[in-house]
Amino acid sequence: MAQVDVAIKALDEKEMLRLYHEMVLVRRLEEEAARLYQQGKIGGFLHLYIGQEAVSSGVISVRLPKDRVLTAYRDHGVAIACGIEAKVVMAELLGKSTGAAKGKGGSMHLADIHKNFWGGYAIVGGHLPLAVGMAMADQYRGDDAVTICMFGDGATNIGYFHESLNLSMVWKLPVLWICENNKYGMGTSIERSSAVLEMRQKAEGYGMPNSSVNGMDVLAVRAATQEALGTVRESGTPFFLEIVTYRYRGHSMGDPERYRDSEEIERMRKDDPIALFRSQLIAEGQFDTETLDEENARVDKEIQAAIEFAESSPDPVPADLYTDIYTES
Amino acid sequence: MPEITIREAISQALWEEMERDSRVIILGEEVGLWGGTYAVTRGFYDHFGPERVRDTPIAEGVIVGAANGAAMAGLRPVAELMTINFAFLAMDQIVNGAAKIHYMFGGQFRVPVVIRAVGGGGRQLGATHSQTPDAVFAHFPGLKVVAPGTPHDAKGLLKAAIRTDDPVMFIEHATLYQAKGEVPEGDYVEPIGVAKVQRQGSDVTLITYSKMLQLSMLAAEQLAAEGVQAEIIDLRSLRPLDMGPAVASVKKTNRAVVVEEGWRSFGVGAEVASRLSEEAFDYLDAPVKRVAQEEVPLPYNRELEQQALPQVDDILKAVREVL
Repeated sequence: MAQVDVAIKALDEKEMLRLYHEMVLVRRLEEEAARLYQQGKIGGFLHLYIGQEAVSSGVISVRLPKDRVLTAYRDHGVAIACGIEAKVVMAELLGKSTGAAKGKGGSMHLADIHKNFWGGYAIVGGHLPLAVGMAMADQYRGDDAVTICMFGDGATNIGYFHESLNLSMVWKLPVLWICENNKYGMGTSIERSSAVLEMRQKAEGYGMPNSSVNGMDVLAVRAATQEALGTVRESGTPFFLEIVTYRYRGHSMGDPERYRDSEEIERMRKDDPIALFRSQLIAEGQFDTETLDEENARVDKEIQAAIEFAESSPDPVPADLYTDIYTES
Repeated sequence: MPEITIREAISQALWEEMERDSRVIILGEEVGLWGGTYAVTRGFYDHFGPERVRDTPIAEGVIVGAANGAAMAGLRPVAELMTINFAFLAMDQIVNGAAKIHYMFGGQFRVPVVIRAVGGGGRQLGATHSQTPDAVFAHFPGLKVVAPGTPHDAKGLLKAAIRTDDPVMFIEHATLYQAKGEVPEGDYVEPIGVAKVQRQGSDVTLITYSKMLQLSMLAAEQLAAEGVQAEIIDLRSLRPLDMGPAVASVKKTNRAVVVEEGWRSFGVGAEVASRLSEEAFDYLDAPVKRVAQEEVPLPYNRELEQQALPQVDDILKAVREVL
């Protein structure tokens, strides 16, 4: 805890409140998204990040604007942390033309090139090679940007993971590989799918420096990411950060969750990242309950406005079906 | 005009584009120190250096994936797949990556990647190294698929592929590298998605591309000796597919044969024949015939392999059936 105390003191009040706001925003956005999904207003898949908010907020809070970010399909938290407005995320979930991908991507394909957020990708492991190429491009041009590539524990069992980690070491590329270990690849636990239970052990096989951090503690995530980013920037070579977290909701909506018992979820809920951060902030004495509750109320207003924006936004027009297949005809 | 081989044409296009644009880089298996397994990039490593001519591990997924990522980040990578058969190991990056990323994110990202892949049978390499799966790649909107049959088109189309902001699958034929043809000196570009009349005729239309263009030309010479003038349409690109010249030709000749090296089922011939029936049905005096590969995995034995691949005689036979 000593390390965390130092971290809190090092943060200014404004940044702490911003972090808190962001985590609550992601949580509330997803709770509302789940509701809209049940109403049939959101189609397709909806992979909720609830329980993992400290990961995206902690990681993205210490990246520099020039650092690229990619993630997998559980991307709402990363999208918000990268700076996409809640209303633009919500509009994409509703398939509207005002959405992050003009309604063509949906929940799994949020992105904003202007926020240096290069997308959520829905093929497990498929974006890891992209990160290799982006880092190669930055290195080739002499930019000292870091490419932050986030993925789940499930991705560590696929060939892309190994091809990409290997090549990033061979070519000494500035990539920060971040494994969000939420213990399950869909419904299959890491015990049933991975030869090792610590994902960072897989980085060892490639001689890659690595570390692990508690993903329920946003300040710990922040500190570990800051250190990892510093290592990548100084050495110019990749680093592997395992962030151990937990997803409270199913893999996606409609997951019967036969693979875990409710006691496990209840036990893990005691580590709720938002509740933990809230108690840290209050214990530090800089914020009282009232201030944080006011922040929650602000989030609720923002979410309501986001829903109103999304619901009142126009659908894409039929002609949009044929735009952006190619950059030129 | 100087006469050069297709190998030299492709090599020249790469060299000139790399000289012209520092964003162009090459990556793939044995493209550097080795000089390319088909010697296309010989001398490149020494001239352009290891940062621009990157030897990769044998890992096709990350070769194409890294090329996609570098393209998104502003480079113009040319990824070389040693053979098109290995493209299946990178299929996800080609299909779910390159072909989709521009559209799927609402046009935010561009993927100006070129994937050079060497295909074709006829060299006794057995079933896994001899395929002509061009039609597979042409199935996906978002990807451009180019397969030249002459040195002139190889050079001009590769330059176009490197310069376009869209992803291009550039398919070369392993037995065409020594094929010679006239190529203009200096810089020129051939448009992607534009078919070309390679031989004029009035009696029958042969619609073809890549290696089968050469066989079709040989067949046309024999037919000419018999008094039959074949018009040859070289598709050059499979996606976008330009049917204009083929339809115009069939309106003149009223007879068509499609010649491809890949398998008949669900192939280029199937697509072209279908389009002709949609766009020129009233002009057809005979059913469109297809010349294609026998529906077998290619065997090693030379005689059996040749038996399975389309031959000039197969083209002649098909033409006689439609006349």
